[in-house]
Amino acid sequence: MNATKPPTPTLLSLKSVSKAFGANQALTSVDFEVDAGEVVALVGDNGAGKSTLVKAIAGVQLCDTGSFFFRGEMVRISSPQDATSLGIATVYQDLALCDNLDVVANLYLGRELFANGAARAAYLIDETAMEQSALELLDSLAVTTIRDVRAHVGSLSGGQRQAVAIARSLLGEPSVVLLDEPTAALGVSQTEQVLELIHTLRERGLGVVVISHNLENVFAVADRIIVLRLGRRAATFDVRGVSREDVVSAITGAEFGVGASLHKENA
Amino acid sequence: MSDERQQPSSASGPVEMLREVGRKLAQGEAGPLLVLLMVAAIWTFFQFQNDRFLSPGNLTNLMLQQAAVATISIGVVLILLLGEIDLSVGAVSGLCASVMAVLIVNRGVPPVLAVVAALGLGAVIGLFNGFMITRFRIPSFVVTLAGSLAWVGLQLYVLGQTGTINLGDGFVVGLTNTFFPPVLGWTVALLAIALTLGFALLGRAHRKAAGLEVGSMRGLAFRIAVIGAAFIAMVIVVNQDRGLPLAVVIVFVLALAFAYLTERTRFGRHMFAVGGNAEAARRAGIKIDNVRIVVFVLGSTLAAAGGVLAASRLMAVNQSSGSSDLLLMAIAGPVIAGTSLFGGRGTVWSALLGAVVIGSIANGMNLLAFASSVKFIVTGAVLITAVTIESVTRGRRNSGLIE
Repeated sequence: MNATKPPTPTLLSLKSVSKAFGANQALTSVDFEVDAGEVVALVGDNGAGKSTLVKAIAGVQLCDTGSFFFRGEMVRISSPQDATSLGIATVYQDLALCDNLDVVANLYLGRELFANGAARAAYLIDETAMEQSALELLDSLAVTTIRDVRAHVGSLSGGQRQAVAIARSLLGEPSVVLLDEPTAALGVSQTEQVLELIHTLRERGLGVVVISHNLENVFAVADRIIVLRLGRRAATFDVRGVSREDVVSAITGAEFGVGASLHKENA
Repeated sequence: MSDERQQPSSASGPVEMLREVGRKLAQGEAGPLLVLLMVAAIWTFFQFQNDRFLSPGNLTNLMLQQAAVATISIGVVLILLLGEIDLSVGAVSGLCASVMAVLIVNRGVPPVLAVVAALGLGAVIGLFNGFMITRFRIPSFVVTLAGSLAWVGLQLYVLGQTGTINLGDGFVVGLTNTFFPPVLGWTVALLAIALTLGFALLGRAHRKAAGLEVGSMRGLAFRIAVIGAAFIAMVIVVNQDRGLPLAVVIVFVLALAFAYLTERTRFGRHMFAVGGNAEAARRAGIKIDNVRIVVFVLGSTLAAAGGVLAASRLMAVNQSSGSSDLLLMAIAGPVIAGTSLFGGRGTVWSALLGAVVIGSIANGMNLLAFASSVKFIVTGAVLITAVTIESVTRGRRNSGLIE
């Protein structure tokens, strides 16, 4: 726990994080960092430790050792509330939406706005204000696919639901957003919409962490790719200077360079 | 519901309107409309069989008969919205009414205090249910099924040897035997219409000022006209008999209060969230166990209130108070009128509408002197049909067949 401060204050960085489940070492001394206005893709095979790492950042699951720095300050994340109050928002794969409620109600679930004055005393929800700012929020994210914010979320497509979940995570004005498999089970055009939304998040200066199995999407959206393998950070790539094959080799642990160049020749 | 705003232009022609109605029916969101059609069919049928069915006297009796069921049903709706069930509401209504009667008749407690004690006992039972369900994670149907046996036993014990206690006091009996004079009936109805219209216009103006979409004025006018016509028709009918019954006013006030709670407050929103996706609600920071406990307290308290109204109507409590088909009617009513058994969908008003449907069927069959066997079979068939419709439309909604 005596790691020194990183020289330039990165938005969020983790130093030598380890986590074991009994005899199974899920994470071994992993470093991780994401900067403002950057999309980092976290990739790796099943069991590589992606979920464990994200749960540690989200405060859902504590790690055994390691230190967290937020804007250069050392912080402790020991609960989801800690993560939220630091400005770290997480969108899980299941999205956690209520299908029976409309878009506005889902966006504001658990933080409904109250009306003022006498209406406040009657615990009246301010539907008008909520609907207004819901429209503004979706507008600012350039989400044009949701035409009716009073439609029940159960009637929306997968892409629209993902957009609602991401928009909701932004209501707390976070600076880091973790997205768990945001494009899994989405069709081509809906995937496109979600990737565009992720670009919008980056333009807003947020640090975005995307977990994905889909390398095509990763290349379409990420600035950097961090590869985990068997609980260790296996490689880091700048998207511009790397091929898909290099990333695959890092994920699978195939011989570096050789395999990649071979594949390149084939391609 | 929310969809009304979505199709502001849909009332442009009769064909579009019919199509819209068809779409809503298929989607299972035309709840009130479907139920009103059902009521119309039932009333027409019984009126043809016996022309006393739609007489002012019989319709007033229908309202008085169903006041207790509707009150219990309001509590059932709250519990169904969470996706839970309370099978003890019948037994709780009987027990609480019995305790009230014993306090008044045998112990000389002032009737008002006895009613408060009955409601308090209901609340305590609800607290117990909620505690068992949230703390020990026992399914609500098990807790309340076991509870219903115990409460019936306690009711028999409380009533003692004679098994029947007659009520003679003015307060409790007066709850269902007080009728307002015609002028007061009209005042209440017109006030209700004016307030409905006023709040609708106010809400509309508020949305417009905020730059949000508003529904067509014609749609609003139509809604108010339907509600207004219903109120006026009701007052005309009851005024030809004994006048507007106090019990009906009580039920409406309760429904209004709980409609407000469920649809306009943060707590109500959280109820829908728990019923729709409890895990999502928990992650959104909602204390879902607290929501459950409070709702079970409300459900049992309303069951106790229903028991008081039933005792008032019967002017007595006995060993069968709160037993047999009361529980079934109280749960079947809201479900027939569109409240989901699976949680997260429904309205408090379905308790009233459902009580009218079930009550009309029961009342009509009584008028025609149907055998008990037929009555049970018919009521059961209506319930299973309603639940099937709900289940089918729900499946269609969730599979995305309807955009």
